Amino acid sequence: MALPRERARTSEPWAARVGRAVARGPLNVILAVLAVLWLVPTLGLLLTSLLPTTSITQEGWWHVIAHPSLATFENYKAIFNNSAITSALWTTVQIAVFNTALLVIVASLAGYAFAWLDFPGRDWLFVGVIALLVVPLQVALIPIFTIYQDTGLFDTILGLVLFHVAFGLPFGIFLMRNFFIGIPRDIMESARIDGASEWRIFTRLILPLGLPAIASLAIFQFLWTWNDLIVALTFGRNTQPLTVAIFSQTRQFGSNIELIAPASFLSLAIPLLVFLAFQRFFVQGLLAGSVK
Amino acid sequence: MEASALPSRGTGRSRRERLVPLLFLAPALIFLLVWLVYPTVRTIVRSFFGRSGSDFVGFDNYKALFTTDTLLTAIKNNVLWVAIVPAFVTAIGLIFAVLTERIRWSTAFKTVVFMPMAISLFAAGVIWRVMDQTDPSLGTVNASLKVVHDAFTSSGALTTAQPSSPALTGSPSQGYVLRAVVRPGGVALMGLTAIPSDQVSADAPDAVRPTPRAGAIDGVVWRDFKPGGGRPGVVEPGEQGLGGVDLQLLSASGGAVASTSSADDGSFSFGGVRPGSYRVKIAPSTFAAPFAGVNWLGPKLIVPAVMIAYVWVWAGFAMVIIAAGLAAISREVLEAARTDGATEWQVFRRVTVPLLAPVLSVVFITMVINVLKVFDIVLSVAPQSSQDDANVIALAMWRTSFGGVNDFGLGSAIAVFLFILVLPVLALNVRRFRREQ
Repeated sequence: MALPRERARTSEPWAARVGRAVARGPLNVILAVLAVLWLVPTLGLLLTSLLPTTSITQEGWWHVIAHPSLATFENYKAIFNNSAITSALWTTVQIAVFNTALLVIVASLAGYAFAWLDFPGRDWLFVGVIALLVVPLQVALIPIFTIYQDTGLFDTILGLVLFHVAFGLPFGIFLMRNFFIGIPRDIMESARIDGASEWRIFTRLILPLGLPAIASLAIFQFLWTWNDLIVALTFGRNTQPLTVAIFSQTRQFGSNIELIAPASFLSLAIPLLVFLAFQRFFVQGLLAGSVK
Repeated sequence: MEASALPSRGTGRSRRERLVPLLFLAPALIFLLVWLVYPTVRTIVRSFFGRSGSDFVGFDNYKALFTTDTLLTAIKNNVLWVAIVPAFVTAIGLIFAVLTERIRWSTAFKTVVFMPMAISLFAAGVIWRVMDQTDPSLGTVNASLKVVHDAFTSSGALTTAQPSSPALTGSPSQGYVLRAVVRPGGVALMGLTAIPSDQVSADAPDAVRPTPRAGAIDGVVWRDFKPGGGRPGVVEPGEQGLGGVDLQLLSASGGAVASTSSADDGSFSFGGVRPGSYRVKIAPSTFAAPFAGVNWLGPKLIVPAVMIAYVWVWAGFAMVIIAAGLAAISREVLEAARTDGATEWQVFRRVTVPLLAPVLSVVFITMVINVLKVFDIVLSVAPQSSQDDANVIALAMWRTSFGGVNDFGLGSAIAVFLFILVLPVLALNVRRFRREQ
């Protein structure tokens, strides 16, 4: 009785491995098909942008695969010679960089206060921050529009930067506070016993230790503002980031896809690179932000 | 000395200690008060005033919200969004997360599916607007559908042709039949017009009137038109034959007894025909229209078209969050279930899903919030002409306030309505946080 069972057990891994491989063949195929499905739309835009201007409204992007010699960078040359697009690109960079830097500073200051400083009403204030997490920015558009018109912030990069910082803050404070609070109490206590000021503790201890969370927040905010449409569309006229510049082109879609396709790909290539380079921090931030 | 120095230093510190938190908090508080709290209050107040801002109108704006057609469409569409998209995204995320656990290249798969998250919803919309173009030679979706369509039905040689004279009767879907009865030894003249020149090859030979042969029915299909017109129903020099046309010979009872297709010069022939009376028919397959493409961006399909684009973006988010939850489930629990003889489906249904329930609900709720605020992608997928049909609350708010209508009263009411819709989630977040404290 024992012997056959013994034999069966020794042969099991081999049989199981073959069985699993056979069983997973179709699974691999299905997932490969799904991966291709998910890639095709972006690839399609890239290849469309490489079609010559003359055939872009005549042929689908797959013609580039069949005839690679068709591919040309003339559309990209054209948009880099188009001052509306290049200045929009520069505007986008400025907005994204400035507001990300400002948000990281303001959010980590507040996050530290919520995590390690004692003051009356701290928990209530933090509950308020959590409540603001889901407030749709639509509720602020009209009053801020009026304020911006009155103060001259309308149609300025600064106006857009400040709005983005404000709406990035609830998530930013939440993320920073939750990360900072995880710093071991011993480290904090010994720093305080050594007589370090709160400012010193913040700059010398908290910021270096909080670097992963800061990276997550920075990447989030960078992507969010780089990709913004509604804020810039509302508070800008001539201050146009890429999304708005492309949007004003899409109103005559079809006639100028040779501009829209490369410009759109340009606008998504940078966030894509940031994402691929810092995927780990992005996912960490996502997890910290949604799974509490 | 030290003893006297300490107390003064102590009180100095404590005063500073009270001030320090404020200094750390002040920038954030200013931002939140000026850009979030004050505007929210201001918007609520503004929603009770009319367009000019000085006339108190009570709940009139809210009444308008529920009686204006485009706004009702927006609300109805948002209900559809909430009912369909969060569940769909969560389900896809769950399936992907579970399946990727079983392959070696799961990191690559996750990166690919997650990638659209980095792209702006606006650019994703542009991507799908290109994908969804109606013309199958441009739009990827319709090109794929055309491949499937053409695998089952082929389009005809002549898609727009019509009879050149009353001698032929019928319709493109039924085919055209020669009115006159034909007997063996007779001739069938099938004249067609309304053929675009790209459906006739330029070097197609001229049609020739067939000569009758005993025991056979001969005929010709031709383009009964030449520059200058020509006489209808008569085969004239300069009128081209139409090749590749499907023809049927019908018996007196109406059943097809033979079929053939025309040669390049349009001639065709049914040989060995038994005595009797027959009719000749051009089969409907000749007129079958090619696949013209589904009008995804038109008013009827624009909502699902935008939803598909949105699911493409967010599936990766759901997958990554759920995969992280899955990784946290103890392997031993799953193995124990398997050892007890549970099938993979049972393990999934009875163990994995219940253990994942908290994560699934977080993903679902996050998606509900996102879907309520959906804006950019609608604006970029839907062309101007179908934006009324694709309308959602956030877009309606913007269009009412800034998109030409410029009614800040009604716009504020829409914003407040949106705010009220997210309040339950706001309360949920606060409650969950306070429970954790």
